[in-house]
Amino acid sequence: MNSFQQFFFDLNEKYPKWNFIFFYDPTQTDRVLSGLWMTIQLAVVCVILSVVIGLIGAWLQGSHSRFLRSIVQGYIQFFRNTPPLIQLLFFYFALGQFTPTYSPDGWLEVPIISNVGWAIISLSFFAGAFNVEIFRAGIEAVPESTQEAAEALGMNRLQIYLYVVLPLAFRVSLPALNNNLVNLVKTTTQALAIAVPELLYQMVSIYNDYSTAQNASMTVLFVVYIILVGILVIAMNRWEKANRIPGYGN
Amino acid sequence: MSIHNWEASQPIISINDVHKSFGALEVLKGVSLDVMKGEVICVIGPSGSGKSTLIRCINALNDIDSGSIKVEGREVNDPDLDKLALRKKVGMVFQQYNLFPHKTALENIMMAPVKVLKQPKDEVEKRARTLIKRVNLEGKEDGYPGELSGGQQQRVAIARSLAMNPDVMLFDEVTAALDPETVKEVLVAIKNLAQDGMTCILVTHEMGFAREIADHIYFTDRGVIVEHGPPSSFFTDAKDPRTKEFLSQIL
Ligand SMILES: Nc1ncnc2c1ncn2[C@@H]1O[C@H](COP(=O)(O)OP(=O)(O)OP(=O)(O)O)[C@@H](O)[C@H]1O
Ligand SMILES: [Mg+2]
Repeated sequence: MNSFQQFFFDLNEKYPKWNFIFFYDPTQTDRVLSGLWMTIQLAVVCVILSVVIGLIGAWLQGSHSRFLRSIVQGYIQFFRNTPPLIQLLFFYFALGQFTPTYSPDGWLEVPIISNVGWAIISLSFFAGAFNVEIFRAGIEAVPESTQEAAEALGMNRLQIYLYVVLPLAFRVSLPALNNNLVNLVKTTTQALAIAVPELLYQMVSIYNDYSTAQNASMTVLFVVYIILVGILVIAMNRWEKANRIPGYGN
Repeated sequence: MSIHNWEASQPIISINDVHKSFGALEVLKGVSLDVMKGEVICVIGPSGSGKSTLIRCINALNDIDSGSIKVEGREVNDPDLDKLALRKKVGMVFQQYNLFPHKTALENIMMAPVKVLKQPKDEVEKRARTLIKRVNLEGKEDGYPGELSGGQQQRVAIARSLAMNPDVMLFDEVTAALDPETVKEVLVAIKNLAQDGMTCILVTHEMGFAREIADHIYFTDRGVIVEHGPPSSFFTDAKDPRTKEFLSQIL
């Protein structure tokens, strides 16, 4: 046992309500680390997918086809107006019935949609619905006349979207996007409900096994999420600063 | 596709009996005019008379209800129109400059040739730097639109249009949003262009400039061309009472 482990081992001897068991028992340490790693993967993949969904949805909302627009609108209404936990359960238990399953061992090797897969799909679409609206608002803030100038230069609709509308809309959207992604990272904890072995799931299992670890687990959970969300917020703020246009919008 | 066997001896732009309505409001009520290669045309007239609508129809930013607009013999009012081909030929500068605010002056100029025409970047950059010089903006290459004055922005907008190597330039009241002091620098840029032989159609309220630069002046009112002529006679021998009234107010 190294001195770090020794410290928490002794702490537990003195104050049995503060059993940071995962700081001195290597087996429990591994559970926490694997949970943390799963949470990070979930968060990163869902953040990226939800932004992609948001961009595509916002593009489709500007389409000429009424049919496409109403599909996007229906999608937004469904995911925005129902609780993400219910969406998660619905995807996993209801839709999951219709995909062939066999008991997965590790999540990467599973050819069909695992519980992790469903968590990613469900959470990405959940946050994606908000991102569509966020980007939509940003797009509406781009003056028609700027787009017209691009049109007069021979750009087609996709080129105008990619080179003019998106770069400007994105900057307008960043603060709202920031909030939504913070929410998304926190919502990944709900994957617990379908037994995705992310951080909350591991912590709950640990204090189910060692009830004296409850306070310690809660504390660590709070600290970890403050750090994770903090990293996201700092990164987003940096990005916002790096993308600030001199002489524009202030 | 329309058949086109255009030669330089024919009008580069030929507008014939064009009608255009926005809903119930008929904005163009049978407008016809021809522009020869190298000519400079000024369109003047009261607010709401359809000047912007007319020149926006030339590069298909507005469609028309009936009549014909031909650019180098090609019908613009054609459902199969190749819009890119048209917009390569016809450049347009707007009253509000409409630069891309997230791009520097140089990037604004380079964007369309690189992204639309897929021309090599280094070649386009060379041309863009030449254009910057041509509109007297050396040193402003890396400035963002928000860091430039109105007159500077408008000159970037002119250079941006020229980077596509158009045959015709449309100017829609390009000095109307500018301070009186900066109007001149933009007019100088346009004048240089006209003197280099660029075909120009200008909507303008700058009568002195129109008189100096135009080969032909058209006066529009309520969707029709009321009167037109070379500046030498237009300003002195206007016959229609509407033209006379307009000129008396503005001169
Ligand atoms: N997209 C549009 N939808 C509806 N009405 C329009 C549209 N564009 C222009 N109009 C109307 O058409 C009429 C002519 O407008 P246009 O902009 O061509 O006038 P103009 O001669 O350029 O005027 P100004 O000198 O004020 O720029 C106006 O009454 C205007 O309100
Ligand atoms: Mg106008």
